[in-house]
Amino acid sequence: MSDKVLMKGNEAIAEAAIIAGCRHYFGYPITPQTEVAAYMAKKMPKIGGTFLQAESEIAAINMVYGVSSTGKRVMTSSSSPGISLKGEGISYLAGADLPALLINVQRGGPGLGGIQPSQSDYFQATKGTAHGDFHMIVLAPCSVQEMADLTVKGFDLADKYRMTTMILADGTMGQMMEPVSLDYEIAPPVEKPWATTGTKMERKHNIVNSLSLVPEELEKLNFERYERYKKIEETECMYEEYMMEDAEICVTAFGIAARVSKNAINEARKQGIKVGLIRPITLWPFPKAPYKAAAEKVKEVISVELNMGQMIEDVKLATECKVPVTLCNRAGGMIPSPEQVLEAIKKAAKGGTK
Amino acid sequence: MVVFEKPKALADVQLHYCPGCTHGIVHRLVAEVIDELGIEGRTIGIAPVGCSVMAYNYFNCDMIEAAHGRAPAVATGVKRSDPENNIVFTYQGDGDLASIGMAETVHAAARNENITIIFINNAIYGMTGGQMAPTSLPGQVTQTSPYGRDTDHCGFPIRVCEMLSTLEGPEYLERVTVNNVKAVKNAKKAIKKAFQNQLDGKGFSLVEVVSTCPTNWGMTPKKALEWIDEKMLPYYPLGVYKDRSAAKEEASK
Repeated sequence: MSDKVLMKGNEAIAEAAIIAGCRHYFGYPITPQTEVAAYMAKKMPKIGGTFLQAESEIAAINMVYGVSSTGKRVMTSSSSPGISLKGEGISYLAGADLPALLINVQRGGPGLGGIQPSQSDYFQATKGTAHGDFHMIVLAPCSVQEMADLTVKGFDLADKYRMTTMILADGTMGQMMEPVSLDYEIAPPVEKPWATTGTKMERKHNIVNSLSLVPEELEKLNFERYERYKKIEETECMYEEYMMEDAEICVTAFGIAARVSKNAINEARKQGIKVGLIRPITLWPFPKAPYKAAAEKVKEVISVELNMGQMIEDVKLATECKVPVTLCNRAGGMIPSPEQVLEAIKKAAKGGTK
Repeated sequence: MVVFEKPKALADVQLHYCPGCTHGIVHRLVAEVIDELGIEGRTIGIAPVGCSVMAYNYFNCDMIEAAHGRAPAVATGVKRSDPENNIVFTYQGDGDLASIGMAETVHAAARNENITIIFINNAIYGMTGGQMAPTSLPGQVTQTSPYGRDTDHCGFPIRVCEMLSTLEGPEYLERVTVNNVKAVKNAKKAIKKAFQNQLDGKGFSLVEVVSTCPTNWGMTPKKALEWIDEKMLPYYPLGVYKDRSAAKEEASK
């Protein structure tokens, strides 16, 4: 077993990215993700990499677009309002089929909102990041170890499928400190014959582009992209099940909400309530299979979220409305307590919403 | 004996530009410079949004199409990904560079990003059908200033070279035009210098080319060329606005 180091979630992301071969980082200051940039600012110049503080989130994502066009691993990080600004660039990355890693350490919104942890960018990340038909792969860590692991995985997925991967974290994940092991076997770099690295007068020019003025051709590109998405949905779903074998009540949550929920589940089990957890790790693709299975045996699904109820829509679709799905939430930077979740579990056990 | 041929860096395709538009001339000048410097194999061009959006089809070097105004940021990424090898240029119009992309332009200049920018200023949004640009002249009639640009209502046109010359960052800023043979020759000299500066590691070099848009100006090609002399150049005087290396040389004499 390798040595563990004590790190903040944001720092773990930065170090894991460097280990994964990322040598280019562009960002713009925003709380609560600043440690990612600070870490990169310190480290990149020492290892021949590039850290550049851009003039805006918009510029940062377009610098990412530039580096990605040349085939190199590149990332940016931000928090909710900043991700909105990056939306334009993310759409262009999707249109040009460029890989990149994005980090969203979410804070409460809408607008300037607050700086406390939130999960209110679930819709934005999984469904409506910007204009046009496209998806990002969205990964939701629930420990500092996973912040690092999913960063490495995120780069691999981005390169494999030529698309953006987003780590959808939150303020707690970014700020909390835990021991992590950063012992990775890094896969060899993916061939990128499409990259604009200069023709060297040896090949026809490469063009990185998202413009396609002939509707028939643009439609074809969209259909091809969604074929790729279908393959990802079939092969890349990740989730964790906790005490689901005999569960009569299913709690579902991602990120920090899943950790809170586990505490509540442990307490409920002590009180004799058969309750388990489904924790999606990929939010897109959303892992439908465990919910479909749960819908056959549990009497209620409780979606615990740090927002006004966003993932719950996917949960309802995945359970095909066979069982009641209820929301247990806080918003605006507040986190549900284990007691609040336990109350929801107890209510469900008593017959709940039926 | 061949006396005239297409530059090798210019693709053998038909350009889509309107008759009398000066994009064709400037494309050719850029391609000639790429040929003369022997850099096609290591050059990466960034096309803008606007009339020259499809420039990516017109140059034989690797090309990237950027979002509206973001070309200097994209160029920054490309340059920084391999600063020793990559020669990076952007080709942008006035709406792209001086309106929606002003922040990217100013900050790339402030960083003295080692890139080359070819800035086409024809005082109008061409591709979208002739709307008021950040460089439209006072009183200029456009689709969105149908009674003429009213400076009390929407302010004054921006002189990009003059504005950027107040920054410490940029290496070289020059405004040229291409409305007569002598001007074209001078424009080529400036464009060549802007690429040579990058090869020499000197930094941010921008050439503003005062250009035409006969279609949206509502003029014949000939009248449009005359209009540059009559209206554009009095507001946008030609000349070198910054040449740090030359200034240093001068000072050391």
